[in-house]
Amino acid sequence: MAQALQQLINGLTLGSVYGLIAIGYTMVYGIIGMINFAHGDVYMVSAFIAVTTFTLLAALGVSSVPLALLVVLVVAVLFTSAYGWTVERTAYRPLRNSTRLAPLISAIGMSIFLQNMVQVTQGARVKPVPPMLSDGITLFTSGSYSVRISSAQILIIVLTVVLMAGFTWLITRTAFGRQQRACEQDRLVTAFLGYNVDRIISLTFMIGAALAAVAGVMVTMYYGVVDFYIGFVAGIKAFTAAVLGGVGSLPGAMLGGLIIGLLESFWASYLSPEYKDIGTFVILIMVLMFRPSGLLGRPEVEKV
Amino acid sequence: MMLQMTGVHAHYGHVHALRGIDLSVQVGEVVTLIGANGAGKSTLMTSLFGAPRCSSGQIIFDGEDITRLPTHQISHRGIALVPEGRRIYPRMTILENLQMGVSYADPSNFEVDLKRMEALFPILESRRHQAAGTLSGGEQQMLAIARALMSRPKLLLLDEPSLGLAPLYIRKVFEIIQELNRDYGMTILLVEQNANHALKVAHRAYVLQHGEIVLSGTGQELLSDPAVRAAYLDGGSH
Repeated sequence: MAQALQQLINGLTLGSVYGLIAIGYTMVYGIIGMINFAHGDVYMVSAFIAVTTFTLLAALGVSSVPLALLVVLVVAVLFTSAYGWTVERTAYRPLRNSTRLAPLISAIGMSIFLQNMVQVTQGARVKPVPPMLSDGITLFTSGSYSVRISSAQILIIVLTVVLMAGFTWLITRTAFGRQQRACEQDRLVTAFLGYNVDRIISLTFMIGAALAAVAGVMVTMYYGVVDFYIGFVAGIKAFTAAVLGGVGSLPGAMLGGLIIGLLESFWASYLSPEYKDIGTFVILIMVLMFRPSGLLGRPEVEKV
Repeated sequence: MMLQMTGVHAHYGHVHALRGIDLSVQVGEVVTLIGANGAGKSTLMTSLFGAPRCSSGQIIFDGEDITRLPTHQISHRGIALVPEGRRIYPRMTILENLQMGVSYADPSNFEVDLKRMEALFPILESRRHQAAGTLSGGEQQMLAIARALMSRPKLLLLDEPSLGLAPLYIRKVFEIIQELNRDYGMTILLVEQNANHALKVAHRAYVLQHGEIVLSGTGQELLSDPAVRAAYLDGGSH
């Protein structure tokens, strides 16, 4: 019971991170119908921006953790959005009217490029950051097992809930959100009605990247280590989350993220920590085989 | 002169869809474009928005050359399109669809225009918050027209507005076209398969064949033209 509760807390933390990244996949798929395989690497870049900024702040003598976190979040979100914008502008927009496969290949190329760029400029070794917010609350102790939630976990879960709420409001209630949904449903007509579709697509990439940046900062703070390869693993898990929830569905991405996070925690704890990723990928294969539209997605219907 | 197309050529991939179109629409006119499937009627409409971009020729709208203007800026000049197949946003409410119609119009007019549209199309009023995809085909067509009118356009383009509708709604669509023109002085360019109906409401008409204008005249002239009757009216209309 205590162990299950602990895994629930860990799983929610992990699921929050996957959910934040998964939104970027699902939004981009919704608007231009392609999987942005470089998204995981944009997330990885944000983690490096976080490490650099943390280090810089430490060198400047900033010792207040909340202040440092706030600065790092702002810096990471700004720079990572710029990355998201640049990726779309250079790798996808020139291929907007080409075959469906071309931007996909371009995405994989962009992913390899980002990994190598970081590897060359930052080194292939794991980069550590000093532990932060490692204090926490012990909820209860049963026998030798105590259930604990750390400040970092609280921060991740709370921040994710706030961001998801804000993001849902943005998409469902604002003029930009309406235009974004309009582009998802009919890009050409949206342009005919007088909206700059390219601008809306750019903003979509930037929002996706910004949410991934928050995830990147949180992970850096939570685990304390990053390397140039974390984007691949996190990316493919967040992608699984997006597929599980139904690609194109925003609530689906959040739900999918939570399920994958929980599954991974429980699998690692009860079955085998070495093979925890199997669970995720079994889900990916199962969903693709038996329910390709995901839990909350709409079935793909060919337009007449 | 509201709209003047001169020597417009356009390509869809390898298809030479428009071959030297000369067409004009005067202020306050209803002009219709008839022709068989694949003659290039829809292409002509969307080429005004640069989709496809014309490869040669010139489009002047309201005294301004709009030939090379980015697609999203065309409607800002005062052209609104009701696209073929309606293409409303099915997963948005009716209100949201109408809100999407006002990309550049003065937002303070929104409430007034909304009331006007709901007076013109009463079915929209009671269903403001219903998803547009749940409307019937005819109702969706009304919504598509209302969405276009929300921007207070100078020129309204209607692409096959009666296609696939029940007879009741076909009549309603043509009534609305006449009402908009007569009561509001709306200038309209209408593409129709239903040549019989279209020629009756139009001041002038063009016949399009294989991307070329082969005939033009007043609606009455074309209605009584034996070649037009044989090709587009007798037995051909529905």
